[in-house]
Amino acid sequence: MYLPHTDAERQEMLSVIGVASLEDLFRMVPAGQRFPELGLPEPMTEMEVSAELNAMAAANESTRNLVCFLGAGAYNHYIPAAVGAIISRGEFLSAYTPYQPEISQGTLQAIFEYQSLVAALTGMEVSNASHYDGATAVAEAVSMAQAHFRGKRTRIILSPALNPQYLETIRTYTAGSSLTLDGCDPAVDPMSGPDCLYDLLDSQTALVVVQYPDFFGRVYDYRPLAEKAHQAGALFAVAVNPLALGLLTPPGEFGADIVTGEGQPLGIPLSYGGPYLGIFATKMEYVRKMAGRLVGETVDNRGQRAYVLTLTAREQHIRREKATSNICTNQGLMALASAVYMSLLGKQGLREVAELCYHKAHYAASQIARLPGYTVEAGAVFFNEFAVHCPIPVGVTNAHLLDHGILGGYELAQAYPHRRELDNAMLLAVTEMNSKDEIDLLVEALAEVSND
Amino acid sequence: MNIPIELKYTENDEWIKVEGNVGTVGLTDYAQEQLSDVVFVEILLAVGDTPAKGDSCATVESVKAAADIYMPASGKVIAINEGLPGAPETVNSSPYGDAWMVKIELSDPAELGTLLDAAAYTAKVTKEE
Repeated sequence: MYLPHTDAERQEMLSVIGVASLEDLFRMVPAGQRFPELGLPEPMTEMEVSAELNAMAAANESTRNLVCFLGAGAYNHYIPAAVGAIISRGEFLSAYTPYQPEISQGTLQAIFEYQSLVAALTGMEVSNASHYDGATAVAEAVSMAQAHFRGKRTRIILSPALNPQYLETIRTYTAGSSLTLDGCDPAVDPMSGPDCLYDLLDSQTALVVVQYPDFFGRVYDYRPLAEKAHQAGALFAVAVNPLALGLLTPPGEFGADIVTGEGQPLGIPLSYGGPYLGIFATKMEYVRKMAGRLVGETVDNRGQRAYVLTLTAREQHIRREKATSNICTNQGLMALASAVYMSLLGKQGLREVAELCYHKAHYAASQIARLPGYTVEAGAVFFNEFAVHCPIPVGVTNAHLLDHGILGGYELAQAYPHRRELDNAMLLAVTEMNSKDEIDLLVEALAEVSND
Repeated sequence: MNIPIELKYTENDEWIKVEGNVGTVGLTDYAQEQLSDVVFVEILLAVGDTPAKGDSCATVESVKAAADIYMPASGKVIAINEGLPGAPETVNSSPYGDAWMVKIELSDPAELGTLLDAAAYTAKVTKEE
């Protein structure tokens, strides 16, 4: 281990502060905690460590060897090899925007391209350089609405069909603030559609947040709700699955003031839940209240195109106490991955992937609906995910599916333990990765469970 | 540099013009010079608000800095300059005229005694330069 200070330097520092020894310095720490036994195993060589870590990794099941129908916010999509090749280049691989950002024109240009693609995809005027993930991005939308109304409107209406993890993150962000969160009370049926939010709108409402497709995969026309929110003077935010926008009307076209999203489906691996990508886009009108970094295009003193961090006075490093958010970190490498993914697929390719997801999911749903004992949640249009009521508990069903090499659906009772009607319900996601054979295998395995 | 004799000033470079019981508030010529080109103004108060002396009144951003404007006196807001956010450059061209920010009905005229007069403000500015 490398320690920068010599014994003589340490002695000098101790004598300046008037302490005889290092032990004296730590005397205030209770003796039992002062030099705890860490109980670490004996050191190993690199080769031994590598073998041990490989053995641990091999004990995991992954989407490489399982057929995956699990989604609930993170989705198993194909990632073209070029994505990994490009983001692994040394010029890009550093995850951090440098502290003298303008010296890294390539990094800034990549972020600028990302922002342009996100703005086009969401139908919005401006996108920031990204946040951590879908949950923190939607929480930043709440902070932005609070800053926009300067505390004069304090009510945030959240769709009960928001991803429960997004709800948790918003609760964490707003704990101790003057905001009240409505619409997402555990007593509210999470499956109720957006109509249930109309009556909550009032002159205190700062923001209405919905998800598109919602947590249960359902796609609603939010235009009437957006209009009602605007009539009440509130802002309207939509948390999206960006891949679905290859097929669906972009929120910018139905009145969204803020669009957030989980960017993982755009070329980012599942990898245990992160790093992911928080998408955040809005209208120019609100750009000064938007959190996060923002890259702009300009010309330098020789008239050449150049990229800069712009509107930085919004950010916490200039006006810490007045900034909308204390976070200006972005997911640079993940933003690049998604920009490469979107560029490789193009508008048409993105639409094709979204169509594959849609049609395969609808095939799976129609096959499962025929099985005795199973009910597919109906009544709304859905994208690539749907809730299924199973004849027996989801845990048992999933254990059986795993025996067939299938990673089953998300157990909804985990998120909604008090909703008896969801006790045996699972959320199944289907992507372009699932072949017809795999879907048929799933349907057969589900049929076997109900026959057991 | 223009420091009109009839106005009162704060250490933070705001001015207030008092006519009867009404005070008009803005940012001084010296401050706009220090900020350089102003690109954004947001007035944080609305008619009917009752800010106390020292409360935030507006935010001003230039190409090189951001500044908060504070109330030089307490009172009830009777007008805000609605046109200013749409023409932030006015802060540079007409700091004592078109770039006024808010008008208040003074609730405690005695507070004005704690402000700087033109001579004292000139001394402060000269010292800073």
